[in-house]
Amino acid sequence: MTTKLLHAIVSGVLGGGVYALMAVGLTLIFGVLDIINIAQGIMVVLGAYLSYALSVHLHIGLFTGLLITVPAMFVIGVAVQWLFIRPLTGRDRTSMSLLACYAVAIIIEGVLYWAFGPNYVTLSASYTTSSMHVLGFYLPYIYLYGFAMAVALVLALYGLLYRTKFGRAIRATMQDRTAALLVGINVNRVAALTFGIGVAVTAVGGMVYGATSSGFNPNSGYDLISRLLAIIILGGLGSIGGALAASVLMLTIESVVDIWSPTWAVAVFYAALVLVLTLRPAGLFGRQAARAQ
Amino acid sequence: MTALLRTEGVAKAFGGVQALADCTIEVEQGSITGLIGPNGSGKTTLFNVITGYERLDSGDVYMDGGKITNVPPQRVFALGVGRTFQLTRIFPRLTVMENMLVAAQHTGQPAGTRSGFRNPLARSGGSADRRRALELLEFTGIADHAGALAGTLSYGQRKLLELSYVLVADPAVVLLDEPAGGVNPSLITHISARIRELNEAGKTFLIVEHNMDFVMGLCHRVTVLDYGTVVAAGTPEVIKTDPRVLDAYLGIEEDADE
Amino acid sequence: MKTTLPHPRAGVLLALLALAAAVAFPLLAASQQDTAIGVDTLIFVAAAVAWNIFSGYSGYISLGHAVFFGSGAYAAGIAARDWHINGGAEFALLLLGAAVGAVIAVPFGLIALRVRRHTFVVVTIAIFFIFQLMAFNLSFTGGTTGLPAPFLLWSPVTFNDRFYYVALVIAAGTIALSWLIRRSRFGLQLRAIRDDEDRAAGLGVRTLRVKLTAFVISGAITGMVGALWFFFVGEVLPQTGFDPIFDLTVALMAFLGGLATVAGPVLGALILEPGQQLLTQQITSNYLSQILLGGVFLVVILLLPRGLIPTASEKIRSRRASRRDRDVSPAARGDLPPGSPAGGPPADRAAGRPA
Repeated sequence: MTTKLLHAIVSGVLGGGVYALMAVGLTLIFGVLDIINIAQGIMVVLGAYLSYALSVHLHIGLFTGLLITVPAMFVIGVAVQWLFIRPLTGRDRTSMSLLACYAVAIIIEGVLYWAFGPNYVTLSASYTTSSMHVLGFYLPYIYLYGFAMAVALVLALYGLLYRTKFGRAIRATMQDRTAALLVGINVNRVAALTFGIGVAVTAVGGMVYGATSSGFNPNSGYDLISRLLAIIILGGLGSIGGALAASVLMLTIESVVDIWSPTWAVAVFYAALVLVLTLRPAGLFGRQAARAQ
Repeated sequence: MTALLRTEGVAKAFGGVQALADCTIEVEQGSITGLIGPNGSGKTTLFNVITGYERLDSGDVYMDGGKITNVPPQRVFALGVGRTFQLTRIFPRLTVMENMLVAAQHTGQPAGTRSGFRNPLARSGGSADRRRALELLEFTGIADHAGALAGTLSYGQRKLLELSYVLVADPAVVLLDEPAGGVNPSLITHISARIRELNEAGKTFLIVEHNMDFVMGLCHRVTVLDYGTVVAAGTPEVIKTDPRVLDAYLGIEEDADE
Repeated sequence: MKTTLPHPRAGVLLALLALAAAVAFPLLAASQQDTAIGVDTLIFVAAAVAWNIFSGYSGYISLGHAVFFGSGAYAAGIAARDWHINGGAEFALLLLGAAVGAVIAVPFGLIALRVRRHTFVVVTIAIFFIFQLMAFNLSFTGGTTGLPAPFLLWSPVTFNDRFYYVALVIAAGTIALSWLIRRSRFGLQLRAIRDDEDRAAGLGVRTLRVKLTAFVISGAITGMVGALWFFFVGEVLPQTGFDPIFDLTVALMAFLGGLATVAGPVLGALILEPGQQLLTQQITSNYLSQILLGGVFLVVILLLPRGLIPTASEKIRSRRASRRDRDVSPAARGDLPPGSPAGGPPADRAAGRPA
């Protein structure tokens, strides 16, 4: 029993690391642009499909493929922001942006269906099926690689935010857009690039997701985005540390509950969300913002 | 000589910044009292604390003898304290008349009466409400725009609208946050005249302003805030020459007057 | 608010004409197919107007109204199955759909309405997924096979027609309700909340109560519409009863026509639903129509952010205003100095952030 529990916890933590990557991108976008990129889920799937296409049609390895997919997703992110989000102005800006993201998500899903069909596919490589034997259970290598990459990328993101000039510009914009403008920060450019970064991480998340899931298809985007949303709200909108903590927490709880009941493990996600929102609307680490409309 | 509105030893800190410290002010019934001070001296914070938009850390606020410390904004409003905001807050997608009606619907009923039983689907704004609203709009001068969306009003007109709808509730005391800010001189005169008219009819005013001509010309008494505490209070003439005030605020101007 | 029409009675006349046309439609329709499109359209008219009663007027965008739609459908299905209701009596279950919608809206609203607007949307989405999940996994919902609608002993010839008129009654009733709400004190409070919730609260508006009431009304109607749809289509499955596309469609219809107007969602539904149906007949691929839907949405949001009716009404209003201003100069009034600043309010610019 304890082995199972331990296994579940370890799996949860590892899985949490991967989700953290995607969630951090999402919360970063919210922090800087004040919008929720509902399309993040389907973009993860898009990232997975890109890795799939490269791997199956061009025989490019999963990790090597990232050298292509990450920049590609970055460009897609910047383009979406520039074309569909930036022009939105007015009082309803945030709601409209959210709807625009939803529309983009629907479009991408349709494109994926059209390009790849509804059948489930999976990413495979030599290392996706082999695992290491530790403490009485098997730990697939791919999870470890994925987790390691996730950690590395989150650290890189922190490095970007706290050690570079651009990162400082991002943080300034997060805190006060007008002030950032006043000190000469090109807020539009920061917004576009941040969106791009937030989406680019989904390329990595997508690859690992595709490799660790038992199969995905365009419809998988819904499940993903609902989890990611729950995670960032639980962690507190705009809080990167919160997204990290919430990812690991949620995935671990789900993993543990899965031992008893696989179906309801997923419901735990949402139940946790509802519970937190009733007790603490700002999330675990959220800024206790007064209702700023 | 009764103080209609007063605060006693109010303190409020935001993190490490002590916005208000032992702040005690008095607003006499029937007076127009000015509240001046350098930027950051805590004037708007004091307004927020009085009207319930911020919770204070310590001290008390009294309105007409009753304690209203930390009472929520809608209660403060119902108790007869109206206030405007530095960045005018109106409802831009409602018409000017509708803006007035939002404020009107909670007046004219004694507290706690059948408000729940009024037909919820009844046409908003009975004719009495509308007439009163129109009267106020004519008083402030923007009645012509009653049907226009509030968002289309110019900056000065918005200030007048905000003043109008605050007056709908017939508050005993009105707190104005920079009524003359960013507005052209002839409109300032217009606003000043309206305030004086209302005051002669019995309303008490507490006005935060930076425009010295406006304050000195209109107010009966002036209270000066610096670093969240009162450094001087008295008639405009006294204030103008008080060295503490000059030190904190007016600086070189002492050469220009008289 | 019909200040844009040349004559106050014109609005009433227009509505009556529209109603007459709607009533006559099935009699003039070329085929049962067309009437079916009519039924679908009316269902969406009701759903869009109901959505707008809450989301449009209050400004809280809900992307979880499918919860009510699906719940209404499932409630009707479960009741029909367990209480063995058949024939025409099942239309009483429409009321059940409404009741279920209302009942669900209360806890749903109490949780969701306490948070900021961004979070609100997300919460509605999350709760939507919970419901979809439950529909898939709970036994009494029929799981993945869903539930069949009760058998109707109506002849195929009049089947669509009868549904059409039921749907018309519901749609007309919903529109009337929306109109009543908009001109009422309740509606004014909702719209004030939309513009500046804190200021409204400061003026004494009971914001939670007002929002929740609108939410419940909206949920109840949507539940009823869901039940009707279920009877018409013949079955409900988890993915059709709880369909994210439904949420997007209903929102798009309201946006296209104009949020917070009475006729906006109606116009949006009248344009989009037949359009979508006809398109599906032309384009056999589901996926392409999905892409198109998203594309249309983006176009609408970018080009017509306020929707058709407000944009048109703006144009008319400004043309009329400029004509009036030429006649009466503000200086003639004497109160307002002619030099009043006419620049754009600084408040909006300060609040405008780059996306």
